[in-house]
Amino acid sequence: MSDKITKASRHVSQNEGLIFEKSSPGKRAFELPPLDVPAADPAKTLGANHRSEGVGGFPEVSEIEVLRHFTRLSTWNYAIDLGMYPLGSCTMKYNPRVNEFVVRLDGIATEHPLQPQVLSQGCLKIMQLLEQSLLEITGMDALTLQPAAGAQGELTGLLLIRAYLEEQGNARKKVLIPDSAHGTNPATAVIAGYQVENIKSDSHGQVDVEKLGELVTEDVAALMITNPSTLGIFEQSISDIAAILHAKGALLYMDGANMNALAGVARPGDFGVDVMHLNLHKTFSTPHGGGGPGAGPVAMKKILEPFRPIPVLVEMGSGELALEQDRPRSIGRVKAFSGNFGVLVRALAYILAYGPGIRQATEDAVLNANYIRKHLEGAFALPYSRPSMHEVVFSDAVQKEQGVNTMDIAKRLIDYGFHPYTTAFPLIVPGALMIEPTESESKEECDLFIEAMRAIAEEVASNPELVKSAPHTTRIGRLDEVAAARKPVLRWKQGSGV
Amino acid sequence: MRYLPKSSSERDEMLAAVGARSIDDLFSSIPERYRLREALNLPGPLSEPEVIQYFKERAKENSVGYSSFLGAGVYNHLRSVVTDAIIQRGEFLTSYTPYQAEISQGTLQAIFEFQTLMCQLTGQELANASMWDGSTATTEAALMAERITRRQRVLVARSLHPEYRDVLRTYAKNSGLQVEEIPFGAYGTLDPKVLESAIGEDVAAVVVQSPNFFGVIESGPALAERVHSSGALLVVAVTEGVSLGLVRPPTEADIVALEGQSFGLAPSYGGPFVGVIATHEKFVRQMPGRLAGQATDSRGRRGFVLTLAAREQHIRREKATSNICTNQALCALAATVHLTLLGKEGLREMAEQNLSKAQFVLNELVKIPGVRRAFDAPFFNEFTVTLPRSVEAVNRQLLREKIVGPLALDSLYPELTNHALVCVTETTTRADIEKFVSGLRLALALPREPR
Repeated sequence: MSDKITKASRHVSQNEGLIFEKSSPGKRAFELPPLDVPAADPAKTLGANHRSEGVGGFPEVSEIEVLRHFTRLSTWNYAIDLGMYPLGSCTMKYNPRVNEFVVRLDGIATEHPLQPQVLSQGCLKIMQLLEQSLLEITGMDALTLQPAAGAQGELTGLLLIRAYLEEQGNARKKVLIPDSAHGTNPATAVIAGYQVENIKSDSHGQVDVEKLGELVTEDVAALMITNPSTLGIFEQSISDIAAILHAKGALLYMDGANMNALAGVARPGDFGVDVMHLNLHKTFSTPHGGGGPGAGPVAMKKILEPFRPIPVLVEMGSGELALEQDRPRSIGRVKAFSGNFGVLVRALAYILAYGPGIRQATEDAVLNANYIRKHLEGAFALPYSRPSMHEVVFSDAVQKEQGVNTMDIAKRLIDYGFHPYTTAFPLIVPGALMIEPTESESKEECDLFIEAMRAIAEEVASNPELVKSAPHTTRIGRLDEVAAARKPVLRWKQGSGV
Repeated sequence: MRYLPKSSSERDEMLAAVGARSIDDLFSSIPERYRLREALNLPGPLSEPEVIQYFKERAKENSVGYSSFLGAGVYNHLRSVVTDAIIQRGEFLTSYTPYQAEISQGTLQAIFEFQTLMCQLTGQELANASMWDGSTATTEAALMAERITRRQRVLVARSLHPEYRDVLRTYAKNSGLQVEEIPFGAYGTLDPKVLESAIGEDVAAVVVQSPNFFGVIESGPALAERVHSSGALLVVAVTEGVSLGLVRPPTEADIVALEGQSFGLAPSYGGPFVGVIATHEKFVRQMPGRLAGQATDSRGRRGFVLTLAAREQHIRREKATSNICTNQALCALAATVHLTLLGKEGLREMAEQNLSKAQFVLNELVKIPGVRRAFDAPFFNEFTVTLPRSVEAVNRQLLREKIVGPLALDSLYPELTNHALVCVTETTTRADIEKFVSGLRLALALPREPR
């Protein structure tokens, strides 16, 4: 490992097999209090439904083995708690620990979703305050907290649009989606029963307004736009785009994945958006947890309010809060119970900590992205030069000449002690390097990242093989994904030697 | 602000470096008229102690100090502090989806172990890395059956959780899926006669829950035989995972949609939980959601990667098997740790305690005049009784005794007037049960409330 790498050093990493490989009959890690009622005979009460042999293959290990097993596994992960995690479009920001504390309080974690509402006022007040806060941040009129993640928020939004258009007499056929969009957008449109029409971005990476004018007909239900776009660039013509859609009776959906560039600075409700989702696990700091859980609240204009999924949070005349189930115009339920409540709690804790100061977080996020852009321009190609907001997208065009691509650079970045940026997305940038530092990075951490990226750019010129064969410092090298997909091994089996 | 790691001089330095006069310069791409001039009207800022205080106050307005006999898809089970200690390690808590395998092996191996545990529990050949919850897993299972069979009718047991049925209908409405309900018979299980008249060569799947919403265990093998003879798939939803420690797994099902909340996850007012889809190997390419698989590096070392991504939205876009992206990974990790802690014997013992407590409370309840068991069929930790008067009225009385009574079924099933769904788990003490039984006896002895 090179001496010039400032951020990372080598460190012993413990080996650890699968938990099933440590099992030995009779060991256990958890004991229950003794049974205080007469024991029932399972064979008698369950009859033929009895699983007499127990769960075959289940691990049998002690408490210290469980703790060490998962602790060792944990040390093989990179994490925000270790350093910058500049995944573009993912908004990997600090996850405040107090949020983890409050979500586990007795009276918060312990509450049953079907318990009487008179005993749920605390939960409902949390949901109400979060709804109000998110409406203030987005500038919209009404909200649902139910969707479990961004993709479910998108579906909820499109179903709202469909229900609204159906009441107008025509649900319409198509949803327009720019070629720079996240993959969830087209996948969602199909589930909502719409055909997808992809629209090409213009030479600045923006929606081609003239072209849009031709495409929007009375067959179009909506345009799904991400703003700022996945290039990190604000759509200059956003209000013209909205006007074009509205003139034909279509609606504007905004993917709020990039709300970290706008919170406290500008509100989608003010620039023509009819409905949008938020990713609480991005903008509002709830932990990604290795892939979830998240939450995807949907904010909307008044015209869509009657169609919100049930149940709907309402304030009764008495001031008591309630979840209303009987809403005939509702699109129905998108998830059991009241959303990922534990995620909602964390998001509200985050908002309460900032208050109106959330604007400062947005400003710092944009400052960090521009600082990194400034120092990497020249070393990496910048395919779209419009001003960056919270993220910047370079391409590997310069490095390609040495046979090095964005994935190679990403893997080499691991050796320098960073998680890679997002590779190969958005699709409109061949060989994209999509970098989103978020506000959680200090100047020092940004400088270390810049130093690492510039050093890699030099290595590409002087020793491209070093970069192409990276990472060199991880416990395993690049894994053969093609072989893994050709003959998938998706579970451990007794005696299989997996 | 304590979460922001910059001093104002550092901000100035960075602004100067990028050549901006002020921070506003960096927002110049937003049309002037859309830029907010005033601060947002948000509560806060609050210090850490104030944040804690706010939530403690809300917690006091909830059900602390009450015993509860609610289940219906959300179960209160014992949870080890070890699980929380592990899932709060920053390396798990604050990591992203493990796309960069070399620095995500911890998460990837844990997912592989989760998939294995779910296969062992359900008796299926493979399981995915998680779905949002049991309701969306059940819905996705029905959509998966539609893709596999290329048929469009789905027969759904009325004894499937009402909220799961709602979610399925919401999704089905626009994807061309026709959902029809099959009622329950005298035993609370799927009515075979109605099924017989409804099933045909155009049915993609029959969806049942077991133990079902009334707590009753459905008879899988006979049902599977009938379903398969029409070329349809059997989808079995499981909302109470602990039952699988004792109850025969639905090996005859083609797709199992499991809610894993019972495995170490708090009720948390309804989420986040963890859904899972488990199925046959031959259906793997129609599976929604992420999958972790074994792989080797160039030196032959074992590792794990996210695999078969060609099914997913970030590759296939509008042709993907599902739109799911973010899933419930940390909840799946909690379930993995929890089940590992319990192990084979712990899970069996927990299941036995649930069964024993449910039998005990039923025996006590039916001693009360007018209280009867509604369905005479095997159950696990939940069962349905009929009361001689309105369940809501009885529950109002029980609340005074700090007891959250059983779920009244009549708002969900108008045909089940005065029916109550009673749930107990290993966390329900004998004292709780005795207090509940005597409270119920007393409530039923009171003069009826005026209508």
